Amino acid sequence: MIALLRRIASLCRKELLAILKDPASRVVLFAPAIVQSFVFGYAATYDLADVPYALLDQSRSVASAELAARLDGTGVFRRVATLRTPGEIAAAIDTQRALMVLHVGPRFEALLAAGEPAPVQIVLDARNANTAGSAVGYVNAVVERFNAERRARIGAPPPPVTVETRAWFNPNLETRWNLVPGMIAALSMLQTLLLTALSVAREREQGTFDQLLVTPMSPMEIMVGKALPPMAIGLVQSTLVLAMALFWFRIPMAGSLLTLYTGLAFFTLASVGLGLSISAVSAHMQQAMLYAFVLIMPLMLLSGLTTPVRNMPQALQIATLANPLRFAIDLVQRVYLEGVGLATVAPNLIPLAAIAAVTLPLAAWLFRHRLA
Amino acid sequence: MRGFSRRLLSLTRKEFRQLLRDRSNLAIGIVLPIVLILIFGYGMSLDVKNAPVALVLEDASPTAAEAMSGLRGSPALAPVAVRSMHEAEQLMRARAVDAIVRVPPDFSRTLAVGQARVQVIVHGADAGRARIILAYAGGAIAQAALRQADRQGAAAAREPVGAVTVEPRLWFNAANTSTWYLVPGLIVLIMTLVGAFLTALVMAREWERGTLEALFVTPVRPVEILLAKVIPYFAVGILGLALCLLAARFLFAVPMLGSLWLVLLASMLYLVVAVSLGLVISSVTRNQFLASQVALIATFLPSLMLSGFLFDLRNVPTAVRLIGQALPATYFMELLRTLFLAGNVWPLVLRDCAILAAYAAGLLALARAVTRKRLDTGRAP
Repeated sequence: MIALLRRIASLCRKELLAILKDPASRVVLFAPAIVQSFVFGYAATYDLADVPYALLDQSRSVASAELAARLDGTGVFRRVATLRTPGEIAAAIDTQRALMVLHVGPRFEALLAAGEPAPVQIVLDARNANTAGSAVGYVNAVVERFNAERRARIGAPPPPVTVETRAWFNPNLETRWNLVPGMIAALSMLQTLLLTALSVAREREQGTFDQLLVTPMSPMEIMVGKALPPMAIGLVQSTLVLAMALFWFRIPMAGSLLTLYTGLAFFTLASVGLGLSISAVSAHMQQAMLYAFVLIMPLMLLSGLTTPVRNMPQALQIATLANPLRFAIDLVQRVYLEGVGLATVAPNLIPLAAIAAVTLPLAAWLFRHRLA
Repeated sequence: MRGFSRRLLSLTRKEFRQLLRDRSNLAIGIVLPIVLILIFGYGMSLDVKNAPVALVLEDASPTAAEAMSGLRGSPALAPVAVRSMHEAEQLMRARAVDAIVRVPPDFSRTLAVGQARVQVIVHGADAGRARIILAYAGGAIAQAALRQADRQGAAAAREPVGAVTVEPRLWFNAANTSTWYLVPGLIVLIMTLVGAFLTALVMAREWERGTLEALFVTPVRPVEILLAKVIPYFAVGILGLALCLLAARFLFAVPMLGSLWLVLLASMLYLVVAVSLGLVISSVTRNQFLASQVALIATFLPSLMLSGFLFDLRNVPTAVRLIGQALPATYFMELLRTLFLAGNVWPLVLRDCAILAAYAAGLLALARAVTRKRLDTGRAP
């Protein structure tokens, strides 16, 4: 038993040395996790910060000026042009000078004064449909406040129903709050998968794998020795992203570290299993890397990190059941934001354990049989 | 000149054979684009449809039920009646519902005096989705309430008030589906992948094994070797582009308002940029692992996250926006979206094409310089 542990430990040591001996690889393993979580943490936002808009005010009235002033006062809308005729709308939008044109018709104030609905038109550049949709929401909110205050000023009763809104787990509804915790799992998977995919393929390409097979180690032991170092590296990367989330972005963590790391351990085990299986079927490094990449792309895109799993068609939702990242992201987000315990996230751990239980023995078996 | 073309032709033929011999190259050149097209077209959607919402009617009166009827009419929401707030909270914690709409017991009584309140609670773990659901639910409730008030003649009894209403017009994406803007973005991703990632990987392997040096000692000139290496990957990239264009047209019916020739021209320019980037990365790292990591980190991830593909660059802090604006992918993305959805907007098309051409020329020159320098230092000892 002790001999077995010693054998595994020395293989682990050799693997870690092979990975970390090159200064360039050391940089490439740890710096990107920090830089990426930093940059993407800031980039990943669906909240609007700056909407350049053009005003086409044909009513030239007090009310329309007040509406425009309110829009300017949000700090989000920035007036870049004042148009004179509707014919100028196309040019402003086409060249992306303005994201939106607020068009107030000539009868605006007359309609308002007569107590009728007074429509304003907003023309949006929906080349990015998402941004356009959010902008509509922002304008609606401004107009609603405008209406409410106008009603109050002329002594009309308030609207019959007020809707009170509240958001659980993310009070200001910041996209960053779900994205950065998601990256704790996603960023580390990228590199653990590539790293393990390469580990056996590299030995095979250099011919040292045969030497490893003739040592007293069994394929299972080789597999364990090959699996542990990338797992450790993956967990260190996750820790770096976690530290960024906690101390730089200051996203409050509701759950316990122990639960989080238990989940992450299951997850890295599953991704290492996937990586080793790829490694075992590849003849050389280039193949291993390409296969790994062909796998990583769908795993990332169908993980729910960028678009929700629930929006996917049924068939794809079933396919995501084989995606370890999907469960890991759900798990990390829930532990981090909602503070749930191990019992609640157990349904996420089972598929992760299942993926590891299939891929790791498969890899060990392939080590030997691929040679024949 | 004849010698040049003959040598280039035979070298290119050799490279094509080498490319086709390995199944994994084809996996990334053909299988991956097809998988991505299907995922992007069918799998990725930011649109909210049929989001489950728990509806807690603590007021059992027909007035309350009617006021909530608007929720049922919205295609974005799928309300589920739930008996108690406790049950609704449990569903929310299990993420079985995205939101809770709670109608308090005194709803119909307070509605009569115009002070009714309805509570909408969303699950904030997916902020973007939560915002959209809030907007839909709030709008549906408010409208149903106004309708009710009108019908009961309450409004007629009072002085008409008038209100500003907003009529949005979504240009360039009347259908308001994310597929329309994700599919042009997909072309950028696939070109980056094939151009930069595949080229970096294959060339790094040659550097690592020394086969490139073996080629350099033949009478063939370095430029010819580089060109012969680049042409097959260029062809694979064009193949990926063709697949994307066909899918966009026939599978997803994304309109192409601009000219096809401009799309092709822009894509070729960007492909030159991506392939040159791949060459530079491989020449500098000369190691497969490093090359793959650098290609991933320097080209692929930024073109996914920072090019305006998913997240609009207008909304990010200035420092991040500057990084985004330094990426050639950003301009290609803008160009493709405009050509697909808005048409030939010449000022924008010309500007972006010029920027891409400048990047292409600069990176090609850099690739040549780096390769030559590497060869010199390789010979020195």
